[in-house]
Order: sequence, then structure tokens, then C-alpha cells
Amino acid sequence: MTLLAQLIVFLPLLAALLVGFMWNRMEHKTAQIVTSGLVSLAAISAWILFIKLSGGAETFTLDLGTWLKSGGFDVRWALRIDMLSSAMMLLVTSVSALVHIYSIGYMEEEPCKPRFMAYLSFFTFFMLMLVTADNLVQLFLGWEGVGLCSYLLIGFWYHKDSANAAAMKAFIVNRVGDFGFALGIFAIYLMFGTVQFDEIFATASSQGDAVINFLGSEYHALTVICILLFIGAMGKSAQLGLHTWLPDAMEGPTPVSALIHAATMVTAGVFLVARMSPLFELSPVALQMVTYVGAATAIFAATIGLVQNDIKRLIAYSTCSQLGYMFFACGVSAYAAGMFHLLTHGFFKALLFLGAGSVIHALHHEQDMRKMGGIARKVPLTCALMWIGSLALAGIPPFAGYYSKDMIIEAAYAAQTTHGMFAFYMGLTAAFLTAFYSWRLLFMTFHGKPRMSKKAYNAAHESPKIMTIPLILLAIGAVFAGAIGYHVLGMVEGDGAFWRGAIFVAEENNVLNRIHDLPKWVPIVPLIVALSGIALAWLFYLKAPSLPEKMADSFKPIYNFLLNKWYFDELYRAVFVRGAIGFGRHFFKFWDKKVIDGLGPNGLAALSGWFALKTGKTQTGFLYHYAFMMLAGLVILISWYLMRGGV
Amino acid sequence: MELPIATITFYILSIAMVLSAFAVISSRNPVHSVLFLIFCFFNAAGLFVLLGAEYIAMTLVIVYVGAVAVLFLFVVMMLDVDVAQMRAGFLKYLPVGFGVAALLFGELYMVFSALSVTEISSVAPAHAIPEASEVSNTLAIGRILYTDYIYAFQVSGIILLVAMIGAIVLTLREKKRSLKQNINKQLSRKRGDALKLMKVKSGEGAS
Amino acid sequence: MNIALYESIGVTHYLVVAALLFVIGICGIFLNRKNIITLLMSIELMLLAVNINMVVFSVALQDLVGQVFTVFILTVAAAEAAIGLAILVVFFRNVGSIAVEEIGRETHMEAAK
Repeated sequence: MTLLAQLIVFLPLLAALLVGFMWNRMEHKTAQIVTSGLVSLAAISAWILFIKLSGGAETFTLDLGTWLKSGGFDVRWALRIDMLSSAMMLLVTSVSALVHIYSIGYMEEEPCKPRFMAYLSFFTFFMLMLVTADNLVQLFLGWEGVGLCSYLLIGFWYHKDSANAAAMKAFIVNRVGDFGFALGIFAIYLMFGTVQFDEIFATASSQGDAVINFLGSEYHALTVICILLFIGAMGKSAQLGLHTWLPDAMEGPTPVSALIHAATMVTAGVFLVARMSPLFELSPVALQMVTYVGAATAIFAATIGLVQNDIKRLIAYSTCSQLGYMFFACGVSAYAAGMFHLLTHGFFKALLFLGAGSVIHALHHEQDMRKMGGIARKVPLTCALMWIGSLALAGIPPFAGYYSKDMIIEAAYAAQTTHGMFAFYMGLTAAFLTAFYSWRLLFMTFHGKPRMSKKAYNAAHESPKIMTIPLILLAIGAVFAGAIGYHVLGMVEGDGAFWRGAIFVAEENNVLNRIHDLPKWVPIVPLIVALSGIALAWLFYLKAPSLPEKMADSFKPIYNFLLNKWYFDELYRAVFVRGAIGFGRHFFKFWDKKVIDGLGPNGLAALSGWFALKTGKTQTGFLYHYAFMMLAGLVILISWYLMRGGV
Repeated sequence: MELPIATITFYILSIAMVLSAFAVISSRNPVHSVLFLIFCFFNAAGLFVLLGAEYIAMTLVIVYVGAVAVLFLFVVMMLDVDVAQMRAGFLKYLPVGFGVAALLFGELYMVFSALSVTEISSVAPAHAIPEASEVSNTLAIGRILYTDYIYAFQVSGIILLVAMIGAIVLTLREKKRSLKQNINKQLSRKRGDALKLMKVKSGEGAS
Repeated sequence: MNIALYESIGVTHYLVVAALLFVIGICGIFLNRKNIITLLMSIELMLLAVNINMVVFSVALQDLVGQVFTVFILTVAAAEAAIGLAILVVFFRNVGSIAVEEIGRETHMEAAK
């Protein structure tokens, strides 16, 4: 078991290092096989581990050694294998392995394949480090590591300016979140004296009423900590406020989006909240904040998804919206539901992304949906798989999303609190919009009349097997993961028996217990809104294709508002970016160049030159100058002698 | 009250000396400068007499005035120096130069004013000045000069010799213009110096 | 009784006179822009000042050595004046003028004026 755990975590690292450092000594094919093979091995190990643990095996923590030791601050390398981490490991390695295999086909024309594969494996390692961390510092290591790899992967085509800018944006916006996260870690250390999860959770309840003194006012300590941690989660999971990087991240290759921005990195925030559930349970205020932010994000992203024309951006906003769902689930203390949705979402969102990649590949790098249409007959497999993914996303039974998404919406209702009801209604509306735009995607891409050139239509072809097989595997997950998770594993049972203490829910908050006592209409409503969303999409895009344009024209301001992503980017640019750039420029041009360089190397060099020039002028060649110099020297000597009392 | 002749004389002589020294350097006509220098020397000689060193005074007049200053005058007249205009830049450097010189004078004064003759006269003199009524200054100096300091005396003579030779060598010009006969050279001429037989081709000429 | 010093005129007075002379000679060296002869005469002034100093101290310390040494100084001054003037004559022969700026004209660059 311990071997399994180590294999899972370190095989991807091995793959990354091997290919990363020796890629110019091996064939591209070899690099791809090495990485995909090792990560697949890790995935298989993860499945075995998960099955064993679900079957009742003991959870454990594998201690690997000391990392930092400074006085009382002791941070160890340790792999914490419990239900939460093993479920995440399963998702991460499976999706990663499938993405690796898919990339072999998708990145066929790419000149630098090994670099890509190495980055993917590297990312996988960091994500695994994140989920198996036994203490906050190790988790932060994984956190930063995935941020780094995300930067490397988004900016993979680094000769593209837009890709570079997007990568920087992702990293910088993440940084803002990380700042909050780091402060949260500091606060935890301050309060608990340790960063080990076990120790923190053990003493958490005793610190329930502690207060932190900041700038003269007193604040509830745990609320402050949880809010800071949540800020980190907001950055990583692209919640409202720190979401601006996610759509731009689509500059990276599609497999990257599938891996990072669907299944793994963006879910790290949800994972963090779930992992820190003992703390969050003690801070109702923080939970409320989580709920509001999550619900707001869900609706916000869904509205933007309505009008997006880029296929990948649409799916990205869909991810953003679904993450909002997961967060507000955690906010109403239904962490299990949030995690459940995380797992199912990982499968079908990756499926959607990779399927979109397949479409893009088929249409030879066309990403604008307005130029697609009617290719269902040309790419039947992809079309069917995308339908499966969309059905799962919309929450149509018996697909995966039905179980998880409905659970969340019901939990929001069951919470019977203001924020819960807000989340409930937002969630319903977002479900409607989700169904609408998902079918918008399907209809615009695969059905209706082709809107591309005849040549492009004829050239459209199904993707090679190496790309479709991962899709099929993911589709299996999209179909069955929900049912298995709900019925077989009992992931969202009220008693939380499946999670075995990895997730902590306070008794009074346990909404999952109350799910079964809801009014009859509550479980049905999400399905109804989803179906109506599909119907509306059918109306708009198949029956009366001119309708969308008319709607857009009549509601032009709203349309533009949504198209421009609620003008968040413009707002941030005006408020933060210009100031920061100006600040940086000033410091660079003035302080760095003029002051530091001037006083430093340049200045000293110029000074030497100037000094030499001045000194050279004393060599005048005139006799009386020299005579005067002699006299002056004499006078100086005498003065000095006299002043030292030599009379 | 008895007239302090010595004091008055001292002041007259010294003031005249200083003023003429100043005139030496600031006078425009170099002949005037030399004449003022001569006047300065005379005043100095007077001061020496006042001090009781009449041999030095006389030597000053004979050597300095009679030889050196006249030499200056020779050169000035010979080189036909113009009455010089004040060069540009003189005024620019004046304050600085004057300042430094004044500083030097101030320091010298500082040193002098701290002197006390009684202190330094505790050292036994090497050669005491004898009474003026018994031995004249000249004789007294002569007694020491040719006995204890004979070596230095001879060396100073050699210095003068060297100076003379140096001056002659420096200014020597090979006289190529005169047609003076050198009898020795004429008589020691050989056939080889005067005649040379050459084979010349016709029409080409000897070259 | 030596008639060297009178009470009202002390050593310091003579020394001050000598110092003045010396300083004037120094001024003459580098303040003159006219000709080299002034330079040489300033040197003579300085030597004269030194002579006065020597004699004064000789009389003050009642030691004849000072006066003997003055003779030597005199000798050297004369020799040096002669040589200096000889150099001046040759210089004039070559350069054609005895302006102070002409000294070193061929060897030094015309530096910043």
C-alpha cells in the first residue's frame, strides 16, 4: 500500500525528470511513451489504491523525511493517504494519463513534443503532491508548483504574444490568491503553532472562539484564517473576482485546458476547502462568504457562456460556473457533495475539452463556433461523445452530472439559510443557462447547416484512435461515475461514512442528512430547468437560427456586457494594471536606471573618466603652473606641520 | 631723548628694500627691474652693516651688485627685450597666488614670533664672534674660512669654475663665417688631401 | 659688547623683513607673465632673503658660522645666475623671444588655457 502511494506520487515526477532533462537524447516517440506510460502506471496504481481503500483498507500517512526544521517549526515530507486524497489522486492520474495519451495524437504537428509531455508530467506530480500533503507547507508547494506548470503550459507556444500574456496573467492573478493563502498559513501557524493537518484539526475546536488582534480591532480568528484560505482558493479556482485568467488560459493547447482547467488545478481550491473543513465548520461567516462567492460565480460565468463564440472559451466559462457550484456546496457544509461533483465534473469536463480539441483538430484549428456546423456526419464519434459530456454536464439522468449537481442544488435548499436559498436559486438559474449554452455548443458545432467553406467541410475527418480512445474512456466515466459514486460508494451519504473523517461536518450543519426530507418538487426542478434550457437552445439554434441575432440586436447593451465578460478585464486594467505598470516603469526608468545605475556601475565609470580628464588638465606645460604647484604644496606641508603643533 | 638712530635706519632700509623688491617683480620695463634689484641689494648691504657683518655687506655690493646685477643688465640690453605688456590672465591668477603667498608669509610669521633668542642661544657657538674692537669682521671670518672651512671654500671655487665653463659651453657658437687662416692645417696638408685622380668617361664629367 | 642687536629691534623684525622678501620673490616667480629675466631676479631676491636670515641668526647666536655660510651662498647664487643667464641667451637664440609661455612649447601640447 505504501508502495502504491509512492508510485502514484513519484512516477510522474520520474517521467518529468527523465524527459525534461534528456529529451534531446531520445526520440520524440520515446519521450511520449515514457511519460504516458509512467503516468498511466501511476493511474493504475491510483485505481488499485482507491478500490482497496473503499473496500475498507486502512488510511495512513506515509512519512518520508524532514523538510524544514527550524526551532519549533517542523515540516515533514509526508503523504497523507485518506479517502479525500485517494479520490483526488484517482481523478488526477486518470485524467492526466488520458490527456498524455491524447496529446500524443493532438500535438502531432508540434515540433517540441517532449517538452510538452514533460510539463504535463511535472504538473501531475505537483498536483499529486498537493492532494497528498500532510501539512500546509507541502500543500503550498504543490499549489505553487501547479501554478508554475500552468504558466509553462499556457505559455507553451511562447512565440505567441497572446500566449505569453495569458500565461503571465494566470500566474499573476493566481499570485494574488496565493498571497491570501500564504497569510492564512501564517495565521494558522500563529494560532496553532503547527502546520500539520492532524495537529491543527485536533485543536481546532478549542480555538473556536479565539480572536486575532489586528491594527487595534479584534476579529474572530478562525473566520479570518478561513477567509484568507478561501482567497487562495478563489485565485486557483477562478472564482468571481480572480477569474480573469481562466478564459485567457485557453491560449494553451487544448489538452492543457482539459487537464488543468477542467479536472485538476482549478479543483485545487475546492479540495483545499474540503480538506480544511474542520476549520471552516467553526466559522459560519467564512462559509457564508464561500456560498455567496460560489453562487455568484456560478451565475456570472453561465451568463457569459451564453454569448461566447470560441468553443474553448465557452467550455472554460462552463468550468468556472461549475466550480462555483462546488464552492457553494462547500459553503452550505455539503463538502461531500462538492467533492462528488468535483470528481464527476473532472470526467465530463475533460471529455468536453478533449472533444472540443478533436473538433478543432478535425476542422484544422478552427475554434470559432460561428464557422462550424453540421459536421455530425463527418465526426460521428466525437459528436456522440460530446453529447454524452453535455448530458452529464446538464445533469440529465442517468449521467454523472445528474447525481452530483442535483445533490448540490438540493443541499443548498436543505440548508434553509439565506445564503443557502440564494445559492439554490442561483444554482437553478445557472443550471438552466448551462443546459442552454451546452446545447448551443452542440447545435452550433455539429448540427444545422455548415457555415464553413466547402473545402474545410470536406477536409473534416474523425480524429485518430489515439485521440478517441481517451475520449471513450472519459465518456465511460461521465456516464457511470455518478451512479457508482452515489449508489455504490455512497459518497454523499449523510453520515459521511465514505470519507472516514477526511471531511468534517459539524452536526448542526449536516445538510446531507436532510436531503431525504425535502419537499417533492425540489429534486425535480433542476431536471425541468435543464430540459427547458435544452428546448430553448433547440429553438434558437436549430428551429429559428435567426433568432439569436435578433435577440442580440434588440438587447445590444446586455449582449455587449456579456460578450465583454461584464467588463471585468477593463475594470481591473483601469484600477490595478495601469497603476502597477506605471509604478514598475517609474521604478525601472528612474530608480533603477538613473539612481542605482548612476550611482553604481555607470556612475563610477563616468566618475573615473571625469576624474582622469580633470587630472589630466593639470599637465599644462606651463612653467609657472608647475612653480605654483610647488609653492602650493610647500604651503600645505607647512600648514599641516604647524597645525600638528610642530612649532 | 636720544635719537634711536639704529631703529630709524633699520626701518628706512627695510622699508626701502621691501618696496624695491616689490618693484622688481612688478615693473614693466626689465631695465627698471634690474635697477630696482640693485637698489634692493644696496639696502640689504646696509642692513648687514647694521648687524655688524660688514664683510658680508661689502661682498654683497661687490659680487651681487657689481657682478650679478650687471650681468643681468648686460643680458637685458643684449636681448633687446620689449617693454612687456601685462599678459592676459595675470589678473585671474593674482588673487590665488597672492593668497597662497600671504599664507606662506603668515606661517613664517607664526614661526618667527614664537622664537625666543635666549632659548636658542644656550647652545655653545662653534665659533664665537670676537669683539669688534679687537678683530674686524673680515679678519674674523677670514680666520675661520681658511682654516676650518677650507674644504668648502675650495669647493665653492670649483663651483664657480664649473659655472664659468658651463656658461661658455652653453653659449658657444661655432664660428663658420670667419676666414682666419690655420697655419698648422695648411702645413700639414698632404698630397692625398688635395689631389685625387679619377677615370672619367668622355662626355660624362666627374661626379 | 657686541653692537649687534638693539632692544627695540629684535630678531623677529629682521626675520619678518627676510620673510617678506622671500614671499615677494616667490610671487615674482609664478606671477610674472612677462619674461624669464624677472624669474631669475626673483630667485636672487629669495636668495637674498635667505642670506639675511643666515646673518641675523649668526649675530643672534654669536656664532660666525652663519656669516661664513653666507659667503658660500653668495658664491652659489652668482654661479647659478650666470648659468641661468647663459641658458636664457641660448633659449633666446633658438626661440626668438623670452616670454614665459614659450618655455616647453615644443615638448608640451598647448594645454587648456
